[in-house]
Amino acid sequence: MRLGDAPIGAAFLALAVAVLWHIRDFPPAPGQPYGPALFPGLIAAGLALASVLLMVSAWRPGVQTSEGQAAGGEGDVRAEAPRWLPFIATVGALVGYVALVDRLGFIITAFLMLCSQFAAYRVRPALIVPVAAVSTLLVHAAFYKLLRVPLPWGLLSGWTW
Amino acid sequence: MEALAAAFQMVFSVQTLVVMVLASLFGLFVGAVPGLTATMATALLVPITFFLPPIPAIAAMVTATAMAIFAGDIPGCLVRIPGTPASAAYVDETYRMTVKGHAETALGVSLVFSVIGGLFGTLVLILAAPALAAAALQFSSFEYFWLVLLGLTCAVFVSGDAPLKGMITLFLGLLLGCVGLENPAAHPRFTFDLPDLLSGVSLIPAMIGLFAVSEVLRFSLDANPLAPVSRQVGSVFRGMGAMMRRYPVQTLRGSSLGTVIGALPGAGADIAAWMSYTISRRFSREPEKFGTGHPEGLVEAGAANNSALAGAWIPALVFGIPGDSITAIVIGVLYMKNLNPGPTIFINNPSSIYAVFLLFIIANLLMLPLGWLCIKVAARLLRTPRNLLMPVILLFCVVGAFAINNSPFDLWILVAAGLLGWFLETHGFPIAPAILGMLLGTMLEEHFIRSMIKADGNLIAFVERPIAAGLALLVLVVWGVSAWLGWRRRRAIT
Repeated sequence: MRLGDAPIGAAFLALAVAVLWHIRDFPPAPGQPYGPALFPGLIAAGLALASVLLMVSAWRPGVQTSEGQAAGGEGDVRAEAPRWLPFIATVGALVGYVALVDRLGFIITAFLMLCSQFAAYRVRPALIVPVAAVSTLLVHAAFYKLLRVPLPWGLLSGWTW
Repeated sequence: MEALAAAFQMVFSVQTLVVMVLASLFGLFVGAVPGLTATMATALLVPITFFLPPIPAIAAMVTATAMAIFAGDIPGCLVRIPGTPASAAYVDETYRMTVKGHAETALGVSLVFSVIGGLFGTLVLILAAPALAAAALQFSSFEYFWLVLLGLTCAVFVSGDAPLKGMITLFLGLLLGCVGLENPAAHPRFTFDLPDLLSGVSLIPAMIGLFAVSEVLRFSLDANPLAPVSRQVGSVFRGMGAMMRRYPVQTLRGSSLGTVIGALPGAGADIAAWMSYTISRRFSREPEKFGTGHPEGLVEAGAANNSALAGAWIPALVFGIPGDSITAIVIGVLYMKNLNPGPTIFINNPSSIYAVFLLFIIANLLMLPLGWLCIKVAARLLRTPRNLLMPVILLFCVVGAFAINNSPFDLWILVAAGLLGWFLETHGFPIAPAILGMLLGTMLEEHFIRSMIKADGNLIAFVERPIAAGLALLVLVVWGVSAWLGWRRRRAIT
């Protein structure tokens, strides 16, 4: 799924316009003619201009040759489409962690996060649970015990150490 | 002199040395496994350095990155996949050498000339930084404004061949830097009534997201195992003396170019390697041999990418303006440790500066034995299953981002930054200008507003002072040269 430069340019243009709209209500700094709206205004104006130039260049093919060559590297040459499951699993694991860690606690959430990703990345089934368990406990020990980061206990609050 | 003695004491403490060895192993591992970059290594180290005293923290970062940039050459040589982007410039050349049976020469050149380049860059750092700091004491808001603008300009135009996209990500980074209370009027901007955003978008979680999480996301779309290494590697150091005698000009040229490019904000080891390899081919007496497995380009580019690491610290230490993405992260750590970069650190805390110099020298010397060890176990390293590694790295990112401020909101910043970084990179938008924008936006605005107030709106005042005028001229020159080059390229295409 690769979007062209034109829609992306349009999105940035929309962002710039939104910023300019938002800052029109900023109060001026007391006693000074240059307030908090000046700098974001200049940046948003620049962003708007650059976005328009990007959209224009997207409609004139062959001018910017490098934009299509993103950091795809080895993957570009393959004929098959990229596999979306690991990507979606990764994003899901991230969002799931942030949403659930306070309720379920670090150990459970991290374990589930690792297991789901290992499964999506096609790790050998025999390895999934042991590696996830060991990694979770190691990371927990390193950060909670050694570095004293207050990782949430959640459901396991009865078994803290 | 007591500052130097104090520096020796800080650097040669057991804690620092142990940290350096561990960080070396970490850096070598990260560099040698394709898909893990040196910037990612630095980002992953931040949560740990958070809990270390300042000098061991800096030691960890300096050592890890020096090792990572060298170690990236190893998989490039053995399996034709660069371990870090800085090795991509000459990966074909090194692989050709391996195919011809000269893998140990390629790896030896890479190792020895990385050390030489790194030491050269360190020497320049030691000589140039204090001299620049003395000049920097003359700087007022006008000079700083132009300097930051020059830095941002270089980041856009030097770093890629899509400057328009670089400008867009720069503006995006600058906008993100505007979030919060930190502006001359102390008005909460773009906080949308979220108290977590009052101090702005947290820089470290954003950086971990942009550099580390986005890499994991990119890997998840292309999770192929690496080809196994089937070739034996002989004695790595044999013939290196002859190399040094055969290519002295290339060594010097590569190291100098690397240091200068490293010192340019936004341009780091990868750009140094590319430019150096291209220049090596252009000025070589045997250009037809390039691409067939010829060590000359390797000598020059291998020295360049390690010297760039040291060069990047010059503007970072003297002005607080990062020379590359790695020093952008390091500056964040320096601020956390109360070692605010700038000319005053040379006056108030010279022992810390001497310690940094010493750390660079030791890190580059350590590269010889540890790099050799890494080459020996390379075949085994490259068999590390990345599909097991990447999820664990992701977990590390998440916990690390949380550890900085113990704030769940930072985790959302991490996720958002990761997705944004992945999306931008996939569509050809460079990430480095965004980081520079976030880091330098506040600085740029502060100096701009302060200068405007001092000058009472009279824009001529921006170029009245000599240094300010000189810097303004440099900015115009960079803009002009880039525009001219871009116009020439466009004409060549049509």
